[in-house]
Amino acid sequence: MTNDENKEGIGGMANPRRYGIERVAYLLMRLSGLGLLAYFVAHIYETSNILRGQVGWNEFLELTQTTGGHIFLAIVIGMCVFHTVNGVRVMLGHGGVGVGKPARPDYPYDPASQNYRHKIGIYSAIVLAAVAMMYGLAVMFGE
Amino acid sequence: MALVSHIAEEQVSTPVSSSKSITLKIFRYNPEHDDSSKFMEFTVPYEKWTTVLEAILEVKKHFDHSVAVRYSCRQATCGSCGMMINGKPRLACFTKISELDSNVVTVEPMNNFPIIRDLAVKFERLFDTHQKIKPYLIRDDTELETDEREFLQTPEEVEQYIQFANCIKCGLCNSACPTMATDSSFVGPQALAQAYRYVADSRDKGKDSRLKIIDESHGIWRCHFAGSCSQVCPKGVDPAMGIQLLRGYLLGFRS
Amino acid sequence: MRESTIMKIHYGTALAAVALVAVHILMRLTTGFVESLEYENVLANYKFVPYAAMLELILILLAVHGFNGLRVILLELKQGRMYEKAVSYGCLVAMFGLIAYGSNTIIRTNMGMT
Repeated sequence: MTNDENKEGIGGMANPRRYGIERVAYLLMRLSGLGLLAYFVAHIYETSNILRGQVGWNEFLELTQTTGGHIFLAIVIGMCVFHTVNGVRVMLGHGGVGVGKPARPDYPYDPASQNYRHKIGIYSAIVLAAVAMMYGLAVMFGE
Repeated sequence: MALVSHIAEEQVSTPVSSSKSITLKIFRYNPEHDDSSKFMEFTVPYEKWTTVLEAILEVKKHFDHSVAVRYSCRQATCGSCGMMINGKPRLACFTKISELDSNVVTVEPMNNFPIIRDLAVKFERLFDTHQKIKPYLIRDDTELETDEREFLQTPEEVEQYIQFANCIKCGLCNSACPTMATDSSFVGPQALAQAYRYVADSRDKGKDSRLKIIDESHGIWRCHFAGSCSQVCPKGVDPAMGIQLLRGYLLGFRS
Repeated sequence: MRESTIMKIHYGTALAAVALVAVHILMRLTTGFVESLEYENVLANYKFVPYAAMLELILILLAVHGFNGLRVILLELKQGRMYEKAVSYGCLVAMFGLIAYGSNTIIRTNMGMT
């Protein structure tokens, strides 16, 4: 037992199994954010190949126009849509929108902030991300 | 008299359930002596109404009196017996074994709190952060001296904060919070909800000073509305709601 | 800078980036995905000043939003005066570095220096 503070650590922070869909959304938001930042940096580097002229651009484009490249891009699309939709939900929540109103709590004390509006928002983000991924795959493999 | 006989009848007619038993796994660790933690298993009989705290006290009474556990009121009022029960922070006195739906009940000290021994944890940090947000009504002193009457409030004004005044400082919210799991400097959901409790109180004049305290790099912005704090709160305080409403002041949605 | 100001910028850049990235993606779809990525078409995009300006804006918005997000995650993972300063300044340097690198591509391509 080396951790004097008894903190749960990254394993506890990233464990999505104990606290419902809200905690899953929290984890997906983090992962998609980090993934999108990594893609963004790679995209800036990738597109800088245009400075190498037509040959340089086409060389790099060939790397992305593969099955693996298309699947990778579909995952990026999914992350982008989830991060956007869930981000809007979180932003509204942060402003106090849709988190319920203070009231005298009654047993069994269901928290008003964990309401169906936010749950629908999370499930919508997941479904829309999946639809966008499928659309992206259809566009990329369809051509 | 009729009421008494009715209760007596009910007690007689209540069927005594067959005595069942569970395996109670208790986390054992003394930071002063032990290099590592271990679990000790006990077979404990239970009834439909037996709480986890009662099972632990059964172990202390009949098997091993050295198990360290903090408790007092046994009715979810003092906030002393918070612990991890089957992986989630709960009050031991408020959690019935029969509700856990498991033959094995594992009890561990609350996460994100330093361990004193076994199931007992230190609350210093929670009390420090609670104190940091000034958990009292801030008024102009001169007004207090000259005004002999009580501060009147309408029922609507009371409704704005009374939910958050139910906090018993048990620390379950801080234990469930994903930010608290890694951030030692975070103010935490308990203190933030209490900041809202006082900011929303019509008698209080300390809104600006409290908002300034929580508007720092390990303050309110490290809450990401995961809502785990509200899900484990045994008193319906809903810290996640309080924090978002409090953040509304900083974002300009509320004044 | 107060944390609330930083987070307001975080939210603002997110909302603005959503709108502009949507336009950027729609541009890939209006002419067909593969066709839109052909060298001539991409070059034409870069040389069209309003589009190049939009790319520059997206670059700035996403760099600010992304690296602030990274800063937040890193600050929550570990604490300490030196570490927190290193994270904050490190993210700031990375953000400006990426903006400079991306701007170099946009400006030089726009000016025909390929």
